[in-house]
Amino acid sequence: MDLVANNLSYKPDDQYHLNEVSFNFKEGNLYTILGRTLSGKTTLLKTIAGLLTPDSGEIEFDGKNFLKVPVWERNVAMVYQQFINYPHLNVYENIAFPLKQRKMDQSIINDKVMDALKSVGLLGYEKRKIQELSGGQQQRVSLARSLVKNAKILLLDEPLVNLDYKLREQLREEFKNLFSKGLADETILIYSTTDPRETMELNGEVIVLDEGKVLQVGSAKEIFENPNSLKVAEISNDPPMNIIEAKISDNNIKFEGINLEAPQHLSKLTEDGLKIGLRSSDIELNENGQEFEVELAEISGSETLLHLKRGDTKIIVSIEEVLNFKIHDKVKINFKIDRAYAFNADGKLAASPFGGLNGQN
Amino acid sequence: MNKLYIFLKYFFIVVWTVFVVAPFLWALTTSFKDFQSVNGGVTYIPWVDFEPNLEGWKVLIKSPAKGGVDIIEPYFNSLFVTCTASLISIILGTLSAYALSRYTFKAGFVKNNDITFFFISQRIMPPIVLSIPFFLFLSSISLLDSLTGLIVVYIVLLMPIAVWIMVDFFNKVPREIDETALIDGCNPYQAFLKVVLPNSIPGLIVAGMFCIIFGWIDFFFAFILTFTEVQLLPVKIVALNSSVTPWWSLSASALVSVAPLIIVAFIVERYLSKGNLSGAIK
Repeated sequence: MDLVANNLSYKPDDQYHLNEVSFNFKEGNLYTILGRTLSGKTTLLKTIAGLLTPDSGEIEFDGKNFLKVPVWERNVAMVYQQFINYPHLNVYENIAFPLKQRKMDQSIINDKVMDALKSVGLLGYEKRKIQELSGGQQQRVSLARSLVKNAKILLLDEPLVNLDYKLREQLREEFKNLFSKGLADETILIYSTTDPRETMELNGEVIVLDEGKVLQVGSAKEIFENPNSLKVAEISNDPPMNIIEAKISDNNIKFEGINLEAPQHLSKLTEDGLKIGLRSSDIELNENGQEFEVELAEISGSETLLHLKRGDTKIIVSIEEVLNFKIHDKVKINFKIDRAYAFNADGKLAASPFGGLNGQN
Repeated sequence: MNKLYIFLKYFFIVVWTVFVVAPFLWALTTSFKDFQSVNGGVTYIPWVDFEPNLEGWKVLIKSPAKGGVDIIEPYFNSLFVTCTASLISIILGTLSAYALSRYTFKAGFVKNNDITFFFISQRIMPPIVLSIPFFLFLSSISLLDSLTGLIVVYIVLLMPIAVWIMVDFFNKVPREIDETALIDGCNPYQAFLKVVLPNSIPGLIVAGMFCIIFGWIDFFFAFILTFTEVQLLPVKIVALNSSVTPWWSLSASALVSVAPLIIVAFIVERYLSKGNLSGAIK
């Protein structure tokens, strides 16, 4: 049973929330919608759930017009980023709610609720009030409530974004296990996130969304290796990919007085207005490298993010250890230029180190 | 420091308690006094300062033929009118408030906020402005001097309060809760009844309390829109007054008339102390 959308558009005010979005989701697969905040992820999920009606376009599920089916008959499940549960019910009643709504047998409800509680690790919490749970536990309850229904379409709208770092890591791991073995083959799983790392880890089919428009569709690996445009490169990397305006001539990449030998995949590019993209992890500290000035140094977890500047060029370097820097310190860095991307003047990918497009094709 | 804090805390509690309770005690003792004990200087303690008697209370249940005022029928009239009007106001008001909170209405330049303001504006006008239209309206449908007529008018007066409180309350209940209910298989009516309403009980209690209070204490409309057939308690109490002010029966009737409000206050206080009013929605 496929979920197919054609040219969905939704424009409630003067901005598109969805702009000609089309997709073809197949059962048993995981789809990740990657986009920044306000890119239309929630709108898209709500449209699939039936909470929003698009201005134009169509959605078909199992060959039938989905837009004619009201929300409560669609058999979808959704987990919100804001831990939404029913505050007047306890944990058990919350999870049993959708089953009771279907007038199932009490004993079947009981079995299913217990199974769901077990799979999210909340056995023993049945009688608790929702308000007595931590954020992570609340989110597990809403996940259990959506699992218990055996919905054909499971929508997860940034389910981890409001959790603290540690819980996020832990739940992400549990999600991965649940998705890989716990879900039936006929479920379509749609997961939205702003976090590229989450996207890579979940390793499903990725849809990159920006300003309501689909920018690229492909496997997580594909998006990582060959982002088709500057926008995608920015969205799918955290910190965003460094973009450097440079000139390529005589087999050399030149910017801010720096001359780097162009690697093979970039050497054939000659056009004007090229931009070189390089991930923050592909730049390293090196005594013999180029000198930059520190604008800001932030330590996040076990990693140091250095914001550097040289002339008009600003870059971010991530270093896998905790280091102390002062503002205006001078550091020397080395570009792993063989990992560099090139984008042409209108932002399209011109060449990739993973052999996607190159200037000649 | 700590002791001073405790001292000050209890000091203010005691002062405030005296401030609140004293008038009630004063009314209570006065209701058992006679002409002599009220007018012959200040007296406080029954049996010591004055000889208590039940005359003030007896007047309230004696029929007018025997020189009493008989507030029993007006009392139940008042209860019936207030409760019915409050109940209908709460039901209609909650439904309108939910619609105003969740759906977008538009008729030319009139939008949701304008409709909400229209409801509240009914209470902005001084009652005297409304009295003539109400009078003419009730007389045109032959409901002057009847309980039904009073209920209709009270609904007009009380529903704005319910709408006002409930719109604000529903706006604080996350919309995602309704949406989750829809996704979990409720149609919009079930979502309202099974999920939104149970989470709005604190708001309903507050709105209900205000409706009951404002309905119960109304004198003006009860006075203007009734004559002989039907009387409400506040009007009847005023009828107690004659050339010699009967402080004892006035006090007794005042106590009887605040009794329902005190009962309402105790019920609400129970909800408050259970923590059911606060923190229903995180």
